[in-house]
Amino acid sequence: MSTMTRKAPAGGRLVPARRRGLAARIWAERWSYVFLLPTVVLFGMYTIWPIVSGLYYSLLDWNGLGAERPFIGLANYREAFGDPLFWKSLGVTLLIIAVTVPLRVALSLLVALVLNNPRLPLAKLFRTALFVPVVTTTAIIGVVMGFIFDPAGGPVNQLLLDLGIVDQPVDFLGDPATSLWTVMGVHMWKWFGITLVYWLAALQTIPVTVYEAARTDGAGGWAALRYVTLPMLKPFLIIIALLTAIETMQIFDLVLTMTNGGPFFSTLTTEVYIYQQAFAGTTPRLGYGAALGVLFGVFTLVFAAIQAVGLRYANRVRSSS
Amino acid sequence: MNTALRRRRLGIWAQVAVLAVICVVWIYPLLWIVSASLKDSLGVFSGGLGLLPGSPHFENYARAWQDADFGLYTVNSVIVTLGTVVLVVLRCALAGYVIARREFIGKRVVVGVLVATLFAPGGLTIIPVVELSDLLGLLNSRTGIILALAGGGHVAAVLLYAGYFNRIPRELEEAAIMDGAGFLRTFFRVVLPLAGPVTATVSVMTFLAAWNNFLLPLVFTFSRPDLRTLSVGMLAFRGTNSTDWSGLAAAGTISLVPLLLVFLALQRYFVEGVAGAVKS
Repeated sequence: MSTMTRKAPAGGRLVPARRRGLAARIWAERWSYVFLLPTVVLFGMYTIWPIVSGLYYSLLDWNGLGAERPFIGLANYREAFGDPLFWKSLGVTLLIIAVTVPLRVALSLLVALVLNNPRLPLAKLFRTALFVPVVTTTAIIGVVMGFIFDPAGGPVNQLLLDLGIVDQPVDFLGDPATSLWTVMGVHMWKWFGITLVYWLAALQTIPVTVYEAARTDGAGGWAALRYVTLPMLKPFLIIIALLTAIETMQIFDLVLTMTNGGPFFSTLTTEVYIYQQAFAGTTPRLGYGAALGVLFGVFTLVFAAIQAVGLRYANRVRSSS
Repeated sequence: MNTALRRRRLGIWAQVAVLAVICVVWIYPLLWIVSASLKDSLGVFSGGLGLLPGSPHFENYARAWQDADFGLYTVNSVIVTLGTVVLVVLRCALAGYVIARREFIGKRVVVGVLVATLFAPGGLTIIPVVELSDLLGLLNSRTGIILALAGGGHVAAVLLYAGYFNRIPRELEEAAIMDGAGFLRTFFRVVLPLAGPVTATVSVMTFLAAWNNFLLPLVFTFSRPDLRTLSVGMLAFRGTNSTDWSGLAAAGTISLVPLLLVFLALQRYFVEGVAGAVKS
């Protein structure tokens, strides 16, 4: 990014560098502003304005229907802090992250190390198969998974019954004891391939010559892995864990289509709760939804920052010991 | 052959066997959808894990395509996706070019704001986006969906273009200007065609994001069922026909097959687009 903000050295060759007035300088670059216009306008409308006005909406008591939307200050935030379902939803979201992110990052690293072996036949085919769920439409998968895990005739229960693992069909999505774990399993399946490709990309950055040097020094397969590959992957661990965690926070599509937050709020993630407050209730509460959105946004940023700092700290401790 | 080498060969093939089993399990749910779409309603329930339908029942597709309006939803998805891809490629290429190549007042501010919002949580801006679209009369329209999908975010695409244009030799542009080409001609005739690989990556990533998007078309079509995209249509179909498994499977297949074909044909660019997030 530094290369882009740096002053282009040859820029003066296209336009003679002279001391000019502000207006003349802007006029000389008029096409630059024209080129930027679509991005500035669209970005302003759909990214900047929503962030700013979201903050304002969160201070209103607003059902989205009438023009009546009284300013109520921080009442929405006060309500959110005392709202057990909001806390419950944060807990569900955090639990999903705490369980699936380390598993996904570790397991996909394992598979990536196997697939990265240039002598492994069919490696490309395996990568493709594992990546395919990533490109599928989450909302479609969520609906279909409802059938795959159905207690009456779904293939998963058929298999479990046929193998004698269970005597009675398991109501994976209808039972609060299993629903969240099922959602996590499907989420892992759906997005495993993307973390795998992250790791494969990271492995590609290690030059072949490094391995050759290790081999000349007499390092076998395990030694090369332990002393060459893993240390060189360490800096990528932070970014890959962070990307995976941030993606996991946006688990909305899958949860809404698989369980809609139920049963008994067992899979209620924060995004689904916000959606229900803002759009799905009998009386939509846009102001309250906006406040929850702001809180969740802050929560996301803080969480990402803590994770980044924590991982960096852990790395420093490990490398200095 | 020495034993060490043979053991290593054996190890490789053991890995292949394990991976093969994992991969079959991995894509099984997708195969099950396609298989269920060809069975009759009874066959879906009683068929268990078997994938082969006795005799294919294509009437499931007719039911999904016509009765459940998936023909209409497919058209909507295609229009929304293509519109979004064209708009994103154009606006990101234009912005990336001037950011990479021109010195103008306000550049630092623009780049700074773009980068700062790179980490802003996207899905939560939905309430103001709906409100704004409603004010502008864009709420119940495909144009509104396209603008919202193409308008927010895509900072990575801008940066990808900027990084690429930075590496193009300046002599090419200078030669074009010598030949009398203006700013616009230089960009569209000389610079943009050179960025083919970036355009391909940005196109496939945008295609994927637009085709698979759910929340935005969902809230934009609450009062206009005829504008639903495939992902929204699927939820609506289950809402009205929760027992028609084979019809739903057919609908799912209709929505997933074009996507998988595009993916298999352009896999390289998908993988590059995803991998780019790590490398940068």
